[in-house]
Amino acid sequence: MDALIFLIPVSLLLGLVGLAGFLWALRSRQYEDLDGAAARILFDDKPGKETPK
Amino acid sequence: MSVLGRARPVASDAVSTAACTHCGARLAPGQDRFCCTGCAGAHALVAGLGLSAFYGRRDTEAGALRPEAMPPALDLAPFVTLRRDGTRRLELVVSGLACGACIWLVEQALAAEADVLSARASLSARRLAVTWRGDASRANDVAATLGRLGFRVAPWSPACLRATEDAEGRALVRALGLAAFGSMNIMLISVAVWVGGDMGPSLRHGLHWLAALIGLPVVLVAGMPFYVSAWRAIRAGRPSMDLAVSLGVLATAAMSLSETVRNGPYTWFDGATMLLALLLAGRVFDRAARRRARQSMAELLALQEGLVSRVLDDGHMEAVPAEAVAAGDRVLVAAGERLRLDGVAAVETLLDAAATTGESVPRSFAAGQALPAGAVNMGAAFTMAVSAAARDGSLAAMARLLERAEQAKGRFVAIADRASRFYVPVVHAVAALTFLAWWGVLDAPWQGALVNAVCVLLITCPCALALAVPAVQVVAVGALFRRGVLVTSATALERLAGADHVVFDKTGTLTEGRPVLILQGQDPAALRRAASIARASRHPLAQALVRACPGAPIADGVREVPGQGLFQGAARLGSPSFCGLGAAMDGMMLVLRDGDAAPVAFRFADRMREDAAASIASLRELGLTTEVLSGDGEGAVAAAARQAGIDTWESGANPITKQARIAELRDAGRHPLMVGDGINDAAALAAAHVSASPAGATDLAQTASDLVLQRDGLATLPAAIRIARRAQAIARQNIGFSLLYNIVAVPMAVLGLVTPLIAAVVMASSSLVVVLNALRAAKD
Repeated sequence: MDALIFLIPVSLLLGLVGLAGFLWALRSRQYEDLDGAAARILFDDKPGKETPK
Repeated sequence: MSVLGRARPVASDAVSTAACTHCGARLAPGQDRFCCTGCAGAHALVAGLGLSAFYGRRDTEAGALRPEAMPPALDLAPFVTLRRDGTRRLELVVSGLACGACIWLVEQALAAEADVLSARASLSARRLAVTWRGDASRANDVAATLGRLGFRVAPWSPACLRATEDAEGRALVRALGLAAFGSMNIMLISVAVWVGGDMGPSLRHGLHWLAALIGLPVVLVAGMPFYVSAWRAIRAGRPSMDLAVSLGVLATAAMSLSETVRNGPYTWFDGATMLLALLLAGRVFDRAARRRARQSMAELLALQEGLVSRVLDDGHMEAVPAEAVAAGDRVLVAAGERLRLDGVAAVETLLDAAATTGESVPRSFAAGQALPAGAVNMGAAFTMAVSAAARDGSLAAMARLLERAEQAKGRFVAIADRASRFYVPVVHAVAALTFLAWWGVLDAPWQGALVNAVCVLLITCPCALALAVPAVQVVAVGALFRRGVLVTSATALERLAGADHVVFDKTGTLTEGRPVLILQGQDPAALRRAASIARASRHPLAQALVRACPGAPIADGVREVPGQGLFQGAARLGSPSFCGLGAAMDGMMLVLRDGDAAPVAFRFADRMREDAAASIASLRELGLTTEVLSGDGEGAVAAAARQAGIDTWESGANPITKQARIAELRDAGRHPLMVGDGINDAAALAAAHVSASPAGATDLAQTASDLVLQRDGLATLPAAIRIARRAQAIARQNIGFSLLYNIVAVPMAVLGLVTPLIAAVVMASSSLVVVLNALRAAKD
C-alpha cells in the first residue's frame, strides 16, 4: 500500500499536465477551426508565411 | 466533417467525364479543358504560382469555383485596419472555401505576394485574415486575386458572429475538459474503493478526501453554465432541465462531502462529475451544430450586404453603407444593382420589383414616381434622390412588420422543455418523499435517508433526457447542412416535422426569380456572338445571355449605351428599339443585329424551377397540402400553379394579406410551412408555423426563415421534411427510453439499493444508447 503514496500523486500530476495542455490549446485558439486543422495536417509543403495572428 | 471523412474521387471524376479542369463543372460539347474563359484564367494563375497541387486535392462541388465574369466592384480599402506596428489587416468572408485544398490555395496564393506578411483562412468560419505592409488599397488586389481564383469575398463584419458567442463556446469547452479530467481521475479512486472490500477504514477515509479534493472544485467550476441558467430559470419562475441538473449535482456533492466527513462506505463524486461531463458534451455538440448554421447564415448576409454610391455636391462619388445615407442625399444606382433605399428619380426608370411586389415582369416607373427599396434596376444607371433614410424606409417598415409577426406567434415550447416541465417537479417530489419515508417512517438515521433521497436525484438526473434531443438535433442539422439546408432556429426541426400545409410564393420561389433565356431555335453561332458581346455588360438580361452560353469569349471594343444596348463595330445588341425594330412589349427581350444579317431576337422569361413540380409531388406524398400565394397578376399565378401541380392559388397579395392568410390558416388549426424569397414575404415567413427561403432569397426573407435552402431548386425541401420527421420520431423514442430507464431505476434508488457503481453504469449506458439511437437521424 506504500506504493500509493507515489502512484496517486504521480497519476494526478500526469492528469493535471494533460489538463494544462488542453487549457493551453483552448486558449491559443486551436479549437477554433477544427475542420481546417483536419485538412492542414495533409499539407506537406513548408508552411510559407501563414502564421496565426 | 473532416476532409478525410467525405473524400470524393473528384480528381478521377475530372478525367473520366469531361469536366472543367478548374471548377469541375461538366463541359459542354466542343469545349476542351475549361468551361469558360474565367476558369482558364484561374487555372493559368494557379499554375503560374506553382500551386497546381490544388487540383489533386480539392473537394468542392462542381462549378462552385467558376470565377464570375463581372465580379461586383466594391472598394475594400475602408475595411482595412491599421495595426500598431504599421501593418495592415483585412478580414474577409470567403465564399466557396469548402475544402482543405481551398484554404491551402488561398493562403499560398496570397503568401506569394511579396508584401503580404500572413494569410490565414478558417475553414469552419469561411473567414480569411490577411496582413500586409503597405497601402490600404492593396485590399482590392487581394480581393481581385481571390476573385480570379473563383472565390467571392465580402468584408467580415462584427455582426457576422458576435464576439461573445466565441467566448461562451470556449467557456463551455473548458468546462467540459475540466469535468472530463475530474470524472476520470475520481473514477480511478472510486473503483479502488468499490473493489477494495478489505481496505482499512483509514485508507478509505484518505481516498474519500482525495476524491473530494478533486471533485468539489470540478463540480463548482465545471457546473457553472448550468448554475447560471438554473438561476435564470428560478428568477423566471419556470422549472427547467438545468435547474434539475444543478440541484442534482449540488445535492450529490454536498451529500458526498458529508459522507466523506463521517467516512461512509461510498462517496458519489464520480457520479456528479460524470454527469456534468456527459451533459456538457451534449451541450458542446449542440452548440457546434448551431454555430455552423449561424456562420453560413452570416456568410450569406455578408455577401449580400453592399455599399451605395453617394453622389457628392462636387459630382464625385463615394461608397458608403446604406445606413449612412440620409433623406435628401443623391445616390447612383448602377444597371443591375438592387436599390437599398427608397427614392425618387428624375428620369423614367425600368425596375424589376419582384422582391417587393412579386411581379415577374419589369415595370417602368415614371419620373417622380416613388421607387421601392429592394427593386433591381433593369435599365440604365440613374441618380435618385433618397426619400427616407434606411431606418425610416420601406425595408425598415417591413422589418417591423416581421418583428410584430414574430411576437404574435409566441414562443414555441420545445418537446424537451415540455418534458422537463412535467418531469422536474415529479422527480423532486419523489426525492422528498424518499427522505421523509426513510427518516420519518422507518426511523433511519438522517444521513442514510439523505443518501437515498439524493440517489433518487442523481439517478433521475436527466442525463439521457438532456442528451436525447440535442444529440438528435446535432445529427439531423448536420445531415441537412450536408444537403445544403441551413437550420437557423433551435426549434425549427420540431416545427418542420409538424407542418401539414405548404404555402409557396411564386416569383423567385416556384420560379427562378431571374430572367432565363428561352431558346426558340436561334442559330448557335448567333447566340455565341451575342453572348460574347453581352459579357461586357452588367445588365441582367446580358448576364442571362452569358449564363446561357458561358463559353463565349469576351469580345473586344464593346461600347455600352446605358439602358439601351451594346455596340461592337457594326454589330448591335440591345432593346428592339435600339436595333431599329420598334418598341418592345416589355423589358424582357434583346435583339442582335450583326451588320446586314437578319436580326435575331432573344426572349427571356422567369422560368419555373426545374424540380418544382417533382418537389411538390413528393410533398403531397408526405401528406402535405399546397397552395400558391403571390403578389403577381392572376394569369401568371394561375399558369405557374398549374405547371407546378398546385390547385389552390391566390394572386395580387400584398405583404399584409399574405400575413393575414397565414394567420387564417393558423387559426383554422393548420401548421403552415411558408416558402418565400421576397421582401414582401418576410412578414408571412415570420408568422408561419415554420418557414423556408430558397437559394437567392433577399436577406430579409432569409433572416425571417427557419430554414435556408442553399442549393438551387426545391428538391431539398421534401428531404428536409423527411429528415425532420425522422428526427422527431427518434427524439420521442429517446425521451421514452430515458423515462423507461427511470421507471426501473427510481424504485431501486428509493429502496436504497443503488450503489455508486450501479449509478455510474446506469448513467453511462443510458446516455450511450440515446446517442447511438440519435445517429440514425442522419439517414434520409
